Amino acid sequence: MNFPFLTLITFIPLLGAVVVALIPGRREREIKLVAVLFSVPSLVLSLIAWLLYAQNAGEIKFLEEATWIPTLNAYYRVGVDGISLPLVFLTTLLTTLSLFYSSYTIKKRVKEFFALFLLLETGMIGVFVALDLVLFYIFWEVGLVPMFLLIGIWGQPQDRPQYSAIKFFLYTLVGSVAMLLAFIAIYMTTGTWNILQIPGLKPLAGNPGLAIAAFWAIFLAFAIKVPSWPFHTWLPDAHTAAPTAGSVVLAGVLLKLGGYGMIRILLPFFPDLFKQFAPWIGVLALISMIYGALVSMAQWDLKRLIAYSSVSHMGFFMLGLVAAAASLEVANPVLTSRAIALNGAVLQMFNHGIITGGLFFLVGVIYERTHTRDLKAFGGLSAKMPVYYGVMLTTALASLGLPGLAGFISEFMVFRGAFALIPTYAIIGVVAIVLGAAYILWKIVQHVFLGEFSEERWQEIFNPAHWHFSLDMARFEVITMAPLLFFMVLVGIYPAPVLNVINAATTALLAML
Amino acid sequence: MTLTQFLVLLLPELVLTLVALVVLGLDMLWRNGNGSRHLLPWIALAGTVALLVAAVLIWPLGSTGGAAITFTTGKDFGGDQTPMMVLDPLALFFKLFTAIVLALVLLSSGNYVRAHIRFHGEFYALILFAGLAMTLSAAATNLLMIYLSLEFLSITSYLLTGYLREDERSTEGAVKYFVYGATASAVMLYGFSLLYGATGTLDLASIAAVLTGSVIPVHWLVYPALIMVLVGLGFKIALVPFHQWAPDAYEGAPTPVTAFLSVGPKAAGFAVLMRLLLTALPGFQLDWISVLAGVAIVTMTLGNLVALWQSNVKRLLAYSSIAQAGYMLIGLVALAPEAHSWTTGLNGLLIYLFAYLFTNLGAFAVVIAVENHTGSAQLDAFAGLMRRNSFLAITMFLFLLSLIGIPPTAGFVGKLFVFGAAIQRQMIMLAVVGIVNSVISVYYYYAIMRQMFFGEAPDAPPFDEGPGLRVAVGVAALMVLMIALYAEPFIRLASDSVSLLAASF
Repeated sequence: MNFPFLTLITFIPLLGAVVVALIPGRREREIKLVAVLFSVPSLVLSLIAWLLYAQNAGEIKFLEEATWIPTLNAYYRVGVDGISLPLVFLTTLLTTLSLFYSSYTIKKRVKEFFALFLLLETGMIGVFVALDLVLFYIFWEVGLVPMFLLIGIWGQPQDRPQYSAIKFFLYTLVGSVAMLLAFIAIYMTTGTWNILQIPGLKPLAGNPGLAIAAFWAIFLAFAIKVPSWPFHTWLPDAHTAAPTAGSVVLAGVLLKLGGYGMIRILLPFFPDLFKQFAPWIGVLALISMIYGALVSMAQWDLKRLIAYSSVSHMGFFMLGLVAAAASLEVANPVLTSRAIALNGAVLQMFNHGIITGGLFFLVGVIYERTHTRDLKAFGGLSAKMPVYYGVMLTTALASLGLPGLAGFISEFMVFRGAFALIPTYAIIGVVAIVLGAAYILWKIVQHVFLGEFSEERWQEIFNPAHWHFSLDMARFEVITMAPLLFFMVLVGIYPAPVLNVINAATTALLAML
Repeated sequence: MTLTQFLVLLLPELVLTLVALVVLGLDMLWRNGNGSRHLLPWIALAGTVALLVAAVLIWPLGSTGGAAITFTTGKDFGGDQTPMMVLDPLALFFKLFTAIVLALVLLSSGNYVRAHIRFHGEFYALILFAGLAMTLSAAATNLLMIYLSLEFLSITSYLLTGYLREDERSTEGAVKYFVYGATASAVMLYGFSLLYGATGTLDLASIAAVLTGSVIPVHWLVYPALIMVLVGLGFKIALVPFHQWAPDAYEGAPTPVTAFLSVGPKAAGFAVLMRLLLTALPGFQLDWISVLAGVAIVTMTLGNLVALWQSNVKRLLAYSSIAQAGYMLIGLVALAPEAHSWTTGLNGLLIYLFAYLFTNLGAFAVVIAVENHTGSAQLDAFAGLMRRNSFLAITMFLFLLSLIGIPPTAGFVGKLFVFGAAIQRQMIMLAVVGIVNSVISVYYYYAIMRQMFFGEAPDAPPFDEGPGLRVAVGVAALMVLMIALYAEPFIRLASDSVSLLAASF
């Protein structure tokens, strides 16, 4: 038997959660240390797994299989390919950084926070590695509960955390129960929960009406999570209310659960239906991209702005996916464009996780100092906090798609694919890039960093008595951001290590459809 | 049937009766200032363990096929060796079920009984007798025996509900329960008499045999009989529209009794319902399926919608348990004829019941602990529970997730099986209504979660729940997780328990 990479990556955080829960609550230093330490093995192992994964292999690796519930034909079956591996790494990286960052900023109910966060990590990784629908569904819901509590307990009081928490919970639950019914219906016709086998068995092929219902039920679950317009309204509330680390993981990982589900489950299970409905889903993607950007531009709350920008950026992902799906069964030359579009979509998820995760950390930096996120309260901070300015500028430019940074590569690939396959959508979609540049340069860069610095206004919002670190980015904040910046630059100038892995898997996926 | 055989087959019931009588007797001996009365709950608990052991001992006798237990009756009731009860897998399942219900209720009630109740001995004895009634009704195969055992269960339940003599709400709940119950069982008895009139027999299997060869006019007697029987059993299970007694009785009754009422009579009602419909009236399948499908939809929806407005946790859980019965009913409605499929509907019903047993009794144990400490079962008594007693808050959270049906909890497995049965039988509508209701239910369970985790109670000190409750809550929480994560043995137990019933169908 091979080394159980994925089981360890998934369940070490759970063990950590149990250990943290057993430490007496007043020993906060130990709790923080233990929590961070328990997240490290998963990070290291996922990096090793990535390095061990043959770059050009498209198939599932690190497969582990064990009988779980024989009467239900449910298996404990985990494995990764080039689509899930980067996302697993993203999850472990962001979790470790979030725990490290939180060990400096979380002050109330410390034990619960760190235990829940580790539990959340198990749920998120589980979704990316599960290859059995029952297991997938269980992990999907396991992640829901800790996030609900993270938002509700550690949210800032002015952001209505309880309302946001239950809204997040209900939205996700509506989608996931619909998905559960669809999964059961699929099981009835195929007799298996195996995610890898079901595509070959043509689920629900004999019952077109039920197939369409199942398609949309599963789509709903994933579209809520992505989130696609019009299912996005939970997102600004949840992101804004959540504590910094919660927002990072929400934007960085939880949205990817939906995107990953679309690629791993929806597209392979129902390729024909996906193709048939691609025009409609494409419209949803376009609305998400443009509407998200416009609403983002209208925000004066920095965190809310970034939350809406996620709607826009995940729309790019959906556009790439739609481009790949809309052209199924078209002759061979297009295959390259399809692969490019799908590669772009997967890379966009990875990049968005790195970049927007980083942006939420950076919002945390200013919020911890001033306890406000009102853009009108800032201005001229570039002189006061030069390091912060540099880091924020790099991250923001990566987000708007500046060549040389990560965001550019994936957006370029999405549009390169989309122009070849669904040109009308692509032309409309480009507007979102322009709008993205507008809100990032105008709202974030200009309002926070440029313009006149007003000492008077600064005195009002900044109270040195409540802040024990340096005014510019403190060491722990720099350490948190450094790996993210590294990946933004790496993917921006030399994306091959990430892209090769993704490409092999997407090509294999497309060839199978 | 020799006397030895007879006694062996009735071993669990005899053990339970004996222990209940011992508890009563010792209570009388120890009444006058003798300090040993605190041993009574432990003796009762030992009785449930004995019940469990007895059930396991005779398991091989019933697990392969049904062993009929016959009583000697007069000629008018069909000869002198009338089969009254049966020891079959289903009956064994409910003996096991009853033992667990009794054990959890007894473990949770110690402190509460000491604080609120004067007559300890009778209380414990009545709980044991109610458990006895459950095992009898689940084994009964004769209309007369069904009626007697259900009445036995009802009367003990009425008494237990009204046990807080000085409390008006307890008395009110008991009276409501009694008036409703008396009417419902009279209606049911009338239905039984019609069945007897139509077929000339009280034995369930013989009724089916007579009806298959019968003529149309006889069928016209069966329809009203069927409805009347459903009234009586609907009352026991608290199905809408025969549920009105439940919220008042649940709220008024001593909380350990509420815990028992929310699981025990419901399970007995389902056991009888399954056996009666499948054994005696399989020919009328289409009729009772359509009636029960409607009842299931109304029960789920009404239970959930009304629960949204409750501020008392006991009452809230009362409505929640009405809704839960609606989900369970889906299993019976969507029962599949082929016994080899993964969900036969019936096994879903039993898995659901088993999951519900641990979930609901666990939740009520937490309510008892909070009530012991704060003297109130209002929602705000739960404020800041996470700070005051994190064990109770976390386990309660788990129980609520299980009631919603979110994995990895037992409730999820139950819902997976009953909704799966509905989809398998192409009753998509029923599954969708069930799912929509599960989402609605989140909102009122959230009311409790919000108090526990987000609510603040600055001046409320931490408290300890006591050993009995800790064991009850801990075991229930453990089982809620076990049924989800190690589901195989539980699924197998449920499937084996209904296999015989489904095969005869």
